[in-house]
Amino acid sequence: MSARAFRLPAALARPGAPALMPRPRLWMGLVLLAGFALSVAVAEAQQAAAGRPGALAVLRQWTPFILQGFALNLGMSFLAMAIATVLGLGLGLMQIARSPVLRLPAKFVTHLFRNSPWLVILFAVMYLTPFQMRLPQLGLVMIPDWVKATAAFSLPVMANISEILRGAVNSIPKGQWESAESLAFTRGQTLREIILPQCIKRMIPAWMNWYALLALATPMASILGVHEAVGNAQAAMEAAGSRPEFLGPFYLFLMGLFFVYIYPISLLTRRLERRYAVTL
Amino acid sequence: MIPDLIGPWLAELHRSTGLNFVVFYDGFEYRRFVAGAVLSLQLIAAALAVSLVVGVIGAWAQGARLAPVRWLMGAYIEVFRNTPPMVQMLFFYFALGAYTPQIDAGGYYEPMITAFGWALISLGVFGGAFNVEIFRAGLEAVPKSTHEAAESLGFSRWQIYLYVTLPLAFRISLPALTNNLVSLAKTTSLAYVISVPEMTFTLSRVWSDHVNVPEMMLVLFVFYVGIVTIIAAGLHLLERRLALPGYGQ
Amino acid sequence: MPSPSEPTRDAAPIISLRDVRLSFGAFEVLRGISFDVARGEVVCIIGPSGSGKSSLIRCINGLNPLGGGSITVCGIDVGDPKLDKRALRRRVGIVFQQYNLFPHKTVLQNVMMAPLKVLREPRAEVEARARALISKVRLDGKENAWPGELSGGQQQRVAIARSLAMRPDVMLFDEVTAALDPETVKEVLNTIRDLAAEGMTCILVTHEMGFAREIADHVYFTDQGVIVEHGPPAELFGAPADLRTRQFLDQVL
Repeated sequence: MSARAFRLPAALARPGAPALMPRPRLWMGLVLLAGFALSVAVAEAQQAAAGRPGALAVLRQWTPFILQGFALNLGMSFLAMAIATVLGLGLGLMQIARSPVLRLPAKFVTHLFRNSPWLVILFAVMYLTPFQMRLPQLGLVMIPDWVKATAAFSLPVMANISEILRGAVNSIPKGQWESAESLAFTRGQTLREIILPQCIKRMIPAWMNWYALLALATPMASILGVHEAVGNAQAAMEAAGSRPEFLGPFYLFLMGLFFVYIYPISLLTRRLERRYAVTL
Repeated sequence: MIPDLIGPWLAELHRSTGLNFVVFYDGFEYRRFVAGAVLSLQLIAAALAVSLVVGVIGAWAQGARLAPVRWLMGAYIEVFRNTPPMVQMLFFYFALGAYTPQIDAGGYYEPMITAFGWALISLGVFGGAFNVEIFRAGLEAVPKSTHEAAESLGFSRWQIYLYVTLPLAFRISLPALTNNLVSLAKTTSLAYVISVPEMTFTLSRVWSDHVNVPEMMLVLFVFYVGIVTIIAAGLHLLERRLALPGYGQ
Repeated sequence: MPSPSEPTRDAAPIISLRDVRLSFGAFEVLRGISFDVARGEVVCIIGPSGSGKSSLIRCINGLNPLGGGSITVCGIDVGDPKLDKRALRRRVGIVFQQYNLFPHKTVLQNVMMAPLKVLREPRAEVEARARALISKVRLDGKENAWPGELSGGQQQRVAIARSLAMRPDVMLFDEVTAALDPETVKEVLNTIRDLAAEGMTCILVTHEMGFAREIADHVYFTDQGVIVEHGPPAELFGAPADLRTRQFLDQVL
């Protein structure tokens, strides 16, 4: 490792501005595919030797089942994101309120859910909420596990969206508040007409980033029995005989599945970050 | 020690109200609790350290002259940032673990890398992927003109990197690094899925034995929120100590 | 001070440029620059933006690679592919427009760092010299200040002290007052004036015409990558021969 092997980064940005990753190429995901192909090849070799159906055949057989589970992952992620956005924005507005009665509980809730592991929150919601509820029109209703999991995932994201809003509001230059005040706007009007509209654009990349993190966290629901992609894949492996050669291909397939969904979102997020270019 | 101090009070609490903090007044459960806590702390410390090392090496590799090295690094980062960490851990432990050799532990065979080891590798690699980006952004934020000044004074490439670029890049990266390390500390609870007996796993066993889920959940929350707060506070202190008067906002 | 075209007691020029060329992509920045600088001479290079002045300075200390021609500094051939850049930079000091102090080191540390790490001189000696230099640029008492706490003019003087700590034979100044307020420009020019009076060989790229007139032994006017005209300041400023020189001076004076 000589000194010449190291090249100082060429395109150094304007002082102070964070630099951006070199344009990501879709083929970088090919590494994942390569690993997948490798493990399948090994598995096939082992299976062929033993005369049983190969890993690829088994995987193909169970793919619809796994994809059904993946649909649940996506469904949970959309629903949780919707809930988290609504609640998070509300919580964020409370955090910037002037009255401590609103602000302090909001800060506490935000801090609590930002600093707890997602898995612990999931356990807490799963174990501590009732498994059935008496609803007005419908009588006694069972609450399915995936509903509880969705609620559990929405809590930390809610807290983070609250922080994003707070950060966005703080990043608006003080001059905006001052000119609004000089024009006799009330605080509420200033927020509604001037500050918040400017915040929305800045929040979008961070908001999308949290969606990606949320979607990547949904497999945790399988620990508590929800029949989503990872749980279904594990069940499939068991049904097909629990052979160790399946592990590589199946888990890599799962990783590939999520990668194909999340990577484009990630690229879009980065493009939007570049365009809006304000660090919160 | 702790069971002696607050144990009797908690035992009384249990008798009178039914709130069962068994980990503090029962010797056996207390030992389990402490073992779990210690393992959690070890896992957190080690995972953070590994992710930092991976981050530094990766940031260097992303500036390497050989294009394949850069591409490999880019692929690694994209894969580990866009796939679920839980599936990564399952993959490492089950799929790769199936292929690691067994070593003779005196009469019986033990896998070369334990569940703790795989959790550590998985978390370190996962956290490292984010750190590489953070360190790179820090390196690139050091103005080119500062490099030129150092170069014009006769410093060699390595001297510039060591004495000028790294100290500045580190300061610039610190806020984002803090966020990432805190997030990684929380993610260590995922080791539950491969049965590493850290805090979450241990307390889940306790509450299934004693049916005191709310109380144990409280202990779990307090533990993690406490650790995370300490790590964040420590890094913020470091940030303040390293802050340069008059430099930046 | 003798001009380069006359034979002097100090026979060989300390810096020699012959037909220097430089291109950035398709754009030719320097198109055949040649001149000599004698030891102890103060040379000013003036000209419109984009005429290649800064690029020329940066060629002399090896920051820009030569695209043609040759530069010899203190006997070192800058265009040599096997050039030991550090040896060159021990002889040539440069001060930039943007000062470029190391923000994570105090003033004293900034000045001491290069002699300690590059020249590996003993600490006590380096510290004494650093303190003397800081005093010379009239920043006594600021040794433990951080660059962020200083004004632009103060930072620029620290930058000069930092370069001087390496005991160069030649000092290059690349538009060092362009980023400063008028009040602070004076303090920096005073420092440079002292330096010149002590006999340091200086090459200044500058817009400060009055200053150039005062301290230069020789002035070169460049435009579009070539030297249009040169001469002692009295001649160049007083009676410029070339039309382009006259037009430029009319604009800036």
